[in-house]
Amino acid sequence: MHPSAQAPFPGRRLAATFAAAALLAVACSTGTPSAAPTAGGPTAAPATAGPTAAPTEAPKPSGKITVSNWDLYFPEDLIKNFTAATGIEVEWVKHTTNEDIVGKLDASNGTGYDIVFVSAPFAEGLNNRGWLETLDHGQLPNASHLAPEADKLGYDPGNTFSIPYTWGTTGLCYRTDLVSTRPTSWNDLLKPSAELEKKVTMLATDRWLLLPALKVLGYSVNETDEAHLNQARDLLIEAKKHLLGYDDTTFYSKLVSGEASLVEAWDGWCNYGIADTTVGSKITYVVPSEGTDLWSDTMAILKSSTNKPAAYAFIDYILRPEVAKTVVDLTLYKVPNPDAMALVDPAVLAQFPNLAMSPADLLKGEPERDLGAAAPLWANIVTQITTAGQ
Amino acid sequence: MRRRRLILLGPALAWWAVFLVVPVALILAYSFFERGTYGGVVPNFTLDNFARALDPLYLRVLVFSVRIAVTATVVALLIGYPAAYLIATLPPRWRTPVLVLTVLPFWTSLLIRTYAWIVLLNREGLINRGLEGAGLITEPLQLLNNEFAIVLGLVYGYLPLMILPIYASIERLNPELREASADLGGGPFRTFLRVTLPLTLPGIAAGCIFVFVPSLGNFIVPDLLGGGLTSMVGNLIQSQFLKARDWPFGATLSLVLIGLMGALLFLQSWLLSRQRREQLDG
Repeated sequence: MHPSAQAPFPGRRLAATFAAAALLAVACSTGTPSAAPTAGGPTAAPATAGPTAAPTEAPKPSGKITVSNWDLYFPEDLIKNFTAATGIEVEWVKHTTNEDIVGKLDASNGTGYDIVFVSAPFAEGLNNRGWLETLDHGQLPNASHLAPEADKLGYDPGNTFSIPYTWGTTGLCYRTDLVSTRPTSWNDLLKPSAELEKKVTMLATDRWLLLPALKVLGYSVNETDEAHLNQARDLLIEAKKHLLGYDDTTFYSKLVSGEASLVEAWDGWCNYGIADTTVGSKITYVVPSEGTDLWSDTMAILKSSTNKPAAYAFIDYILRPEVAKTVVDLTLYKVPNPDAMALVDPAVLAQFPNLAMSPADLLKGEPERDLGAAAPLWANIVTQITTAGQ
Repeated sequence: MRRRRLILLGPALAWWAVFLVVPVALILAYSFFERGTYGGVVPNFTLDNFARALDPLYLRVLVFSVRIAVTATVVALLIGYPAAYLIATLPPRWRTPVLVLTVLPFWTSLLIRTYAWIVLLNREGLINRGLEGAGLITEPLQLLNNEFAIVLGLVYGYLPLMILPIYASIERLNPELREASADLGGGPFRTFLRVTLPLTLPGIAAGCIFVFVPSLGNFIVPDLLGGGLTSMVGNLIQSQFLKARDWPFGATLSLVLIGLMGALLFLQSWLLSRQRREQLDG
């Protein structure tokens, strides 16, 4: 779940794995976050605009911050407008995947950035490592625009270390003219009818690869029980025989070309298919009856940030309804900001009906959590599935 | 004299130390450590990673990867040798342009070239559309998301690495040797088999290694052209580092791969030096 959808050639895996490149990128960026040019220890408090200053009238944030976010995930003018409004400079470092930025933070022990944009379970993982700032909501007045549901997300109730940037669901995206009966269940994907043989794709990333089977079996999307995961594995190995492939990046264009008729998709990405001017009107999205997840991409401030006032100012700026609205326009994802959603052009909401899902409906989905000690078990299960039959 | 030699060698040695010795030493060290629950490496000594690497699940991935890489190497050799031979026999002024054309695809990212194959091979792609248009097929052929597509992608990607060393060894060949064979009554086939082929063996060996090694560790091609329906050892290592956050086990698998490739290079140089000795003795 990342916005590189609009890039014709999302180089996520290629770029994500070269640890050397990651190390270099960290080395290049570590020098920049602070407004104070000195590299002194924690005792060397800068004389000007000290972030640790007393809780009296806070000095106006200034200087520079380093933000890591996916490519194409900020509206074009967002940073420029923010700098114009506040005088704070923003260096946007781009990551290709969650794993990419977490790997960089791993290599630098949680330093080098003021703010990172990561999906919810990764924010939880970073917080578990003690790298995230406990948020002072007093410095985020615009958080009042967030939906009440936005601080009931299981990975971070009360938004103590993360603020959701976008959110949505995972479901079925299909061509109404290529299926004779409309899919309503995850089983329509796992046990496709004869007409869909080799015309369905599933998401390749572990969390969403297992999701349909876990939901059919009535288990959690964060399942850690090995016996339950094995049951899901058996279902998925059986389902694999009917698949066109596992696909995280081009599934919506396969729907457009007609190569696939039904795909497992993130709602926002299904919208990229719907946006197609030729067959987009025949593409639609449905949340299966067994239920689904509630994914969210979040903003978090690093504990190691040397310019926290500016970091708060940036997040608060994004929470302004008129700014968050431009995020919707760019990404076709929902934002957890009803005041922003109200500003979206009704024609856009009509064209992409899943944008109109209410926060209450979204909250019926299950937020992804960090898998903790079960992460290797999941990787093993996924390997068993992808190697089956080879 | 010695000091100057050291100064001249310095940059290369430093490069080698920083980008080869240190990373490999890190991989070696990590492979004996435990993973932290949320990532990172906990320096507790363990041999568990090596025991896990012997799990049939992972061995099967390794065997599959070797099979794919060997197939790709053989196909690349069957295409590359005649191509290199042809280039070497072209008039000299043509050789450089043709060699440049051979290497030209390398100027574009492998990722983009691999995506191009998806455009060509998919069920609604140019090849299937063309064949259907010509009335040769009625149902689209399954050209993508299978072993055929993976091997095709690897051969396409690494073919220049096969052609170049073979070309170099053929070009270096003294034409008088072939003339001598012909004068002594050897037909073209026999001359090729007994003179040209043995003398270009070093080029063949180098080409095969250059294709086999990156094919074995490749994870982009199986991901994109294999449709994610199969896993090669490169995919496995990638998933250990990025998904399982299990750097120690990923390091162990990398070490297995490095060991395998090292053994192969050792075998190659041993075969070559034996051949050279035999030639000198004979």
